Amino acid sequence: MSEPIVTFQDVHKSFGDVKVLKGIDLEVKPAEKIAIIGPSGSGKTTIIRMLMTLEEPTAGDIIVDGNNLWKMEKNGKTVDANDKHLRAIRGDIGMVFQHFNLFPHMTILENCMTAIIHVKGENKEKAKKHSIEMLEKVGLGDKLDNYPSQLSGGQKQRVAMARALVMRPKVMLFDEVTSALDPELVGEVLEVIRGIAKDGEMAMILVTHEMDFALDVADKVLFLDEGVIAEQGSASQVIEHSKNERLQSFLKRFRS
Amino acid sequence: MNNWNWDTFFEAFPLVLEGIWITIGLTVACYLFALLFGFVWTFLRRIPIKPINWLVTWVMEFIRSTPPLVQLFFIFYAWPMVPVVGFAMDPFTSAVLGLGLHFSTYIGEVYRSGIDAVDKGQWEASTALNFSTRQKWTKIIIPQAIPPTIPMLGNYLIIMFKEVPLASTIGVVGILQMANNYGAQNWAYLEPLTIVAILFLILSYPSAILIKKLEVKMNTRFDKKAVVNSSSSKGAV
Ligand SMILES: Nc1ncnc2c1ncn2[C@@H]1O[C@H](COP(=O)(O)OP(=O)(O)OP(=O)(O)O)[C@@H](O)[C@H]1O
Ligand SMILES: [Mg+2]
Repeated sequence: MSEPIVTFQDVHKSFGDVKVLKGIDLEVKPAEKIAIIGPSGSGKTTIIRMLMTLEEPTAGDIIVDGNNLWKMEKNGKTVDANDKHLRAIRGDIGMVFQHFNLFPHMTILENCMTAIIHVKGENKEKAKKHSIEMLEKVGLGDKLDNYPSQLSGGQKQRVAMARALVMRPKVMLFDEVTSALDPELVGEVLEVIRGIAKDGEMAMILVTHEMDFALDVADKVLFLDEGVIAEQGSASQVIEHSKNERLQSFLKRFRS
Repeated sequence: MNNWNWDTFFEAFPLVLEGIWITIGLTVACYLFALLFGFVWTFLRRIPIKPINWLVTWVMEFIRSTPPLVQLFFIFYAWPMVPVVGFAMDPFTSAVLGLGLHFSTYIGEVYRSGIDAVDKGQWEASTALNFSTRQKWTKIIIPQAIPPTIPMLGNYLIIMFKEVPLASTIGVVGILQMANNYGAQNWAYLEPLTIVAILFLILSYPSAILIKKLEVKMNTRFDKKAVVNSSSSKGAV
C-alpha cells in the first residue's frame, strides 16, 4: 500500500478547559474517501479545521505528505510551526465550508481565479481557462460574470467547490457542505461531489449527515463520539452492521 | 448699531472669499492626514501584545477626550518649548498635525468597525486558499471593509470642515479670520460673518446630501449581502 497522505497521531484539542478531541489517530491514503459522522458537538468540524490550519491542536502530530504540519525544525530543535511553514504545506489541502464563504466583492470567475493567480502564480490566461473549465464541470459555465449574491445556495456551494478544486489539492475537506441548503438543492451539490469522487486521485474527508451519500461515496467511515473515534470501518460495516449502541441510536435519527 | 448694508456685503465678499482656499486646503490636508494616520491606529491596535494594545487604546482615548483646541495650542505654543524633541512649526502645519491627529483617532475607529464587520468566514476561506497575510488584507478584507465605511468617512470630512476655523486661533487665515479682519478694520461684522456662514452652508450642505445618497447606495449594497447570509442560514432553521 502507498504511504498515507495524512496521518493524525494521538491528536488532542481543548478549547479552554473543554476537552473536545481526546486522542485522534487517523490515516488517509491518497485517493481515499473518508466520511466522518457523529452527533453534534462531537468534534467533527474541529478535526478538519486542524488539518486546514484554522485551529491548532493542543497535543499530538498531524503529518501531511511526510511533513509535520504544526511543528518544524529550527536550529536542531522542534518548535511550533510559523506561518511560512504552514503555508508551504497548506497548499496540499483544500476545504469547502458549510456557509460557502465566497468572496462577495468578486464575480464567480474571479472567485475561482484569484488564488491560482496570486498564490500559485499561474498566468492570467491559463488561470481563466482552468477556472472556466472547472466552473463548467460544476454546471455553472453560464454564471461566470455573476456575483455570489445573485446565486442560489446550491449554486454558491458549487462555486465554492470549483474554487477549491482549481487549486488541485491532494486532500479536500468538506464540512457538512449541504446542511445550510434548502432540501431541494442538496441533490445537485451531492451529485457534484460524487462526480469529483469518481474522478479520482484526490483524497477526500467528508463530514456529513447524509448516510446514503456516505454509503455510496466513502471507502471508510468514522463514527466520532465525545471526542474519540468510537467506531470505524468500511461504510457498510459502520452504517449498516455495527453493534455499537451509541452509533445505532445515532443512526436511528437519520433513518425513519 | 448699523443695519444690513449691501455695499459692505459686496465689498467684503471677495476679501472673505480669498480665505476659502486656505479653509479648503486645510480641510483636505487635515483629512488626508487623518485618513492615513487612521490606518496607523488600526494597525497598532491589532498588535496582539497586551501592554502595547493597552497603551495604544489609552493614547487614542486621551487624544479623543482632549478638546482639539487644546491640542492645537499645545502643538503650536507648547511643543516648541519641550526640551530636546520640541521644535516650532508654522501655523498651517501645526493645524494639520493637531486637527489631523485628533480626527485620525475617530477615523481609525471607523476602519476598525469596517474590518470587524467582515465575516470571519472570509478570513478562513482565504487561509484555505493559502493566501499570504498581506494578500488576505489587500485582496479580500480591505476591499470588503472599506466601502461600507465610506458614508461615515464622508461625514467626518464635513465635521472636519466645520472644525477647521479653530485653526484661526493660531493664525491660519481662512474665511473666518478674513471676515474677522475685515470686521476689525471697518467696524462691520454682520456682513462678513454672514458671508462666512453662507460659504460654509454652500459647501457642507450639498456634501451632506451627497453622503446621504452614498449611504443609501451602500446600504442597498449591504442588503444584497444580507440576502447571501440569510440564504446560507436557512437550512439551519
Ligand atoms: N472556537 C471554539 N471555541 C470554543 N469552543 C469551541 C470552538 N469551536 C468548537 N468548540 C466546541 O467544540 C465542540 C466540538 O465542536 P465541533 O464544531 O467540532 O463539533 P461538530 O462535531 O462539528 O458538531 P456539529 O455537528 O454541530 O457541526 C463543541 O462543543 C463546540 O462548542
Ligand atoms: Mg461541525
